[in-house]
Amino acid sequence: MAKRYSNEHEWAILEGDIATIGLSAYAVEQLGDITFVELPEIGATANKDDSIAFIESVKAASDIYTPVGGEVIEINEELDDKPELLNEDAEGTWVFKLKVSDASEFETLMDESAYKAYIESL
Amino acid sequence: MQELKRTALFEKHKILGAKNIGFCGWEMPVQYEGILKEHEACRNSAALFDTSHMGEFFFEGNLLFSGINEATTIDVLKLPVGKCKYGFLLNENGGVIDDLIIYKVSEERLMFVVNASRIDTDFKAIEKCLDNGVFTNASEQTSKIDIQGPKSKEILQKLVPFDLDELGFFSFAESTIMDTFALVSRTGYTGELGYELYLDNEIAPKVWDKLVKLGATPAGLGARDVLRLEMGYSLYGQELDEDTTPIEAGVGFFVQYEKHFVGKEALLKQKEEGAKRKTIAFTTNSKRAPRHGMEIWQNDKKIGFVTSGTFSPSVNSGIGLGRVESDLFDKDEPLEIKTGRGSIPIFLTKLPFLKKD
Repeated sequence: MAKRYSNEHEWAILEGDIATIGLSAYAVEQLGDITFVELPEIGATANKDDSIAFIESVKAASDIYTPVGGEVIEINEELDDKPELLNEDAEGTWVFKLKVSDASEFETLMDESAYKAYIESL
Repeated sequence: MQELKRTALFEKHKILGAKNIGFCGWEMPVQYEGILKEHEACRNSAALFDTSHMGEFFFEGNLLFSGINEATTIDVLKLPVGKCKYGFLLNENGGVIDDLIIYKVSEERLMFVVNASRIDTDFKAIEKCLDNGVFTNASEQTSKIDIQGPKSKEILQKLVPFDLDELGFFSFAESTIMDTFALVSRTGYTGELGYELYLDNEIAPKVWDKLVKLGATPAGLGARDVLRLEMGYSLYGQELDEDTTPIEAGVGFFVQYEKHFVGKEALLKQKEEGAKRKTIAFTTNSKRAPRHGMEIWQNDKKIGFVTSGTFSPSVNSGIGLGRVESDLFDKDEPLEIKTGRGSIPIFLTKLPFLKKD
């Protein structure tokens, strides 16, 4: 499955009309040890780039922006008790899943090589 | 922008893969492998901090007639040789120019340890109080390494030629490490058993390497901030500043009123009339962390703000210090802090957050 990235350092994988969203390894590296993840509510709807969730590390706090718009259908509740899973494997740990409202939004995201170039430019 | 200064240990941090930040004009490691791991090393084993950015001054002269004893809240005449004491450099209004530690090296010689961001301001303020004596700034050539944690004594013992058990809390010794002069102080900013080492820049990298090899874990400013806040220790620029007195910052008990010092009249007046602001300590009883600058609310009124906040791994909760308006604050009514994403309830507690023994 192709993985795409947003400017705000979220990743997304699209299967049919379901997008699985997580945080990039770069984002988690910048935050440091994650201590808290506020997950979105199931059934909540959001537009692309809306702040939909929230994450805290020992030293910082950050919004999580959804890279595509849609309705939240599943959340990774394991992160309630084990937010450190994100530090262990950010690219392999999903945060929430959306039923996307407009699949073409996914196409506007960066592919892996474009994202790599993007973070090097920061 | 002014270029950031680097300590004598900068290359060591680079090899260790430190993530650096600009801090008070210095490029300092905020973390190496991670704040949680470094915090854990300090609480359960031994952690090593580069605090060379801090300032060191020396005074040599007559402690009674030079004016030096009026410069700070610390009574250097009462302080025994070989001991050090924490206190404040105040302005005439009782506001804190800096918090500092004074070491009584001999009956005629003192060392002052001050915050990096305040070196120039402090030096001028102290100098202004002096009628005679020799006052020098040794910050540039002095490195400082802190080893902190329950295993710090057994590790450091291998490098010093005297018995560390002889050193009581807030005591120090002029000694040698690796055949070079070192001032070894039984002090720290973590609440753990620990030592602060004052060294020449030349020897500091070798001492650092040796302590790492003996098992101390390098730790950055990130872990240091969590460790100090778990003990409720103030940080200059957050709990303390020139518009805040030690009384308002909740650290008035460190002030020695039995002698004269700059700012004493203002503090006495505040003691008599009552301070307009006070410092509170609180937890969130959740994983949510308060952060510096967040507003504190009570009864639908803004009553103050968070001066320091973090998630505490030892307490397993968010913890914070805040400064509130004394008239508006009611210790028996619910409190909350406002974040960009709604409110978090907070609960008053007593310091330290981390209760030991």
